[in-house]
Amino acid sequence: MIRQADDVKWMTMGESGLSVACIATVFLAIIASAKAEDAAYAFHASVFGAAALASLFAILNRYFARGALPPQEINGRPNYNFGPIKFASVIAVFWGIAGFLVGLLIALQLAWPALNFDLPWTSFGRLRPLHTSAVIFAFGGNVLIATSFYVVQKTCRVRLAGDLSPWFVVLGYNLFIVIAGTGYLLGVTQSKEYAEPEWYADLWLTIVWVMYLLVFLTTLMKRKEPHIFVANWFYLAFIVTIAVLHLGNNPALPVSIFGSKSYVAWAGVQDAMFQWWYGHNAVGFFLTAGFLAIMYYFIPKRAERPIYSYRLSIVHFWAIIFLYIWAGPHHLHYTALPDWTQTLGMTFSIMLWMPSWGGMINGLMTLSGAWDKLRTDPVLRMMVVSVAFYGMATFEGPLMSIKVVNSLSHYTDWTIGHVHSGALGWVGFVSFGALYCLVPWLWNRKQLYSLKLVEWHFWIATLGIVLYISAMWVSGILQGLMWRAYTSLGFLEYSFIETVEAMHPFYIIRAAGGGLFLIGALIMAYKLWMTVRVGEDASDGAHGSDALQPAE
Amino acid sequence: MRAVLTVENFASNIVLSLWTPVFVAIFIAIVVYALWPRNKATFDAAAQMPLRED
Repeated sequence: MIRQADDVKWMTMGESGLSVACIATVFLAIIASAKAEDAAYAFHASVFGAAALASLFAILNRYFARGALPPQEINGRPNYNFGPIKFASVIAVFWGIAGFLVGLLIALQLAWPALNFDLPWTSFGRLRPLHTSAVIFAFGGNVLIATSFYVVQKTCRVRLAGDLSPWFVVLGYNLFIVIAGTGYLLGVTQSKEYAEPEWYADLWLTIVWVMYLLVFLTTLMKRKEPHIFVANWFYLAFIVTIAVLHLGNNPALPVSIFGSKSYVAWAGVQDAMFQWWYGHNAVGFFLTAGFLAIMYYFIPKRAERPIYSYRLSIVHFWAIIFLYIWAGPHHLHYTALPDWTQTLGMTFSIMLWMPSWGGMINGLMTLSGAWDKLRTDPVLRMMVVSVAFYGMATFEGPLMSIKVVNSLSHYTDWTIGHVHSGALGWVGFVSFGALYCLVPWLWNRKQLYSLKLVEWHFWIATLGIVLYISAMWVSGILQGLMWRAYTSLGFLEYSFIETVEAMHPFYIIRAAGGGLFLIGALIMAYKLWMTVRVGEDASDGAHGSDALQPAE
Repeated sequence: MRAVLTVENFASNIVLSLWTPVFVAIFIAIVVYALWPRNKATFDAAAQMPLRED
């Protein structure tokens, strides 16, 4: 809201409110770091304080430098807000490479434990959550924020709601990532898988996430298009459900408000059930619903074909919403969780086959009449292969949720292989494809720097995924069979260390696969950088003029 | 001993015993809406939304 007098430039509500909040945060941070009961908490309080101070300077600088606020429309066309999207895209590439690198390091640690370096900060136990959070929340999260802000503007034909608030979402989310990641290295964790950040990081994420929801909803509300495009439904489901999951799983009582340690409110089997209700729906709504939104916008756009069946997309959406939320108990087969709950989780997981494959078919069939583009356009090929991986991972998942299968697969590397066929193949590839589309659109470039390099990225990364998942399948089934092998006298046939020894070669193959995937991502980073730096300006300014060029 | 019937537990009993058929009914209604012949034109137009340029 701006009140513009003739000669007075007023601060907006956002500018003044955020400035006051920043000043308050700086003072609170000084007090908190002075009274801190552990070093990590003091460090995090200082990070919060420094971030607030930097934000204050940025807000005031912008206020003094700016004229009027950017208009909603220019010459009758929406004046899209791309700044925060550009930032999120760039930082997503950075976090992706960092996350893949840490993943490679811990894969090598499993093969050669000496690489733990006997230091607490570089031990597997601390680096593993750093890897998972970096790839899921830092890389995936920034891709989702970037694409959701882009798609909601384009399909509603309005400028993103808010002035500073989109920046608050993007920068605030990345501040959360920094707090979470440095916390893991310093040993700060509440030991809940994929929900490791401690109470103050959780509170901060809650504030950021509510702002994300408000920006997204307000943009939808002022849309110029009467129909809300299906990708926006998926994004909205992702934002709302992650909020609910985060609040449900993380209620905790800190030991002291000046210390990092807290105790989670839930106990015993209820805690386990809450954790996997959260954990599995993070897969369902963070790693699936959000990226399905990418599929429903970017694949039609790149293939220049309409969605194969919009009706199917509606059924797909609601079937996922109704079914996914019950699948969590399959993570707790043969535990203290009541048997009927386990069976319920298994049943709903199997039912999820239907919407998953419905969605996959919808994505793939969108190429009807444009299949030839797979030969010439590696970006489209990357996204289509990602949908194929989605189909494969969502076939394997329900299979593994069946109790008898789970009795073999659970706690083995098969699970790791399954997760990575989804994470590298589906989430990774559809994100790379989206970034390859998004960067030329955002920076108004005619095309990518070199499609030939996309080919290299595609093939190197695909080879890496194949090495990774096949090594983990063999290793996991081997491990599961060795654990359950008995001698004729009824003794366990193998000691634990024998199973570890048997897995060693597969750990090396897995690390090689991860290394190839990292090399692919480095190629992507170089190429995106060159696209922005030396790419030709798109003359007419229209996006989607990213005309295909045959690979040189 | 029988529990006293109050508005609250009456409502909660209804919700607890009826949510499955209610959810199923809502889902069926959504499928009918998606397949309703008169909606076809709207959905075909919506399928083109990513391709529109401004």
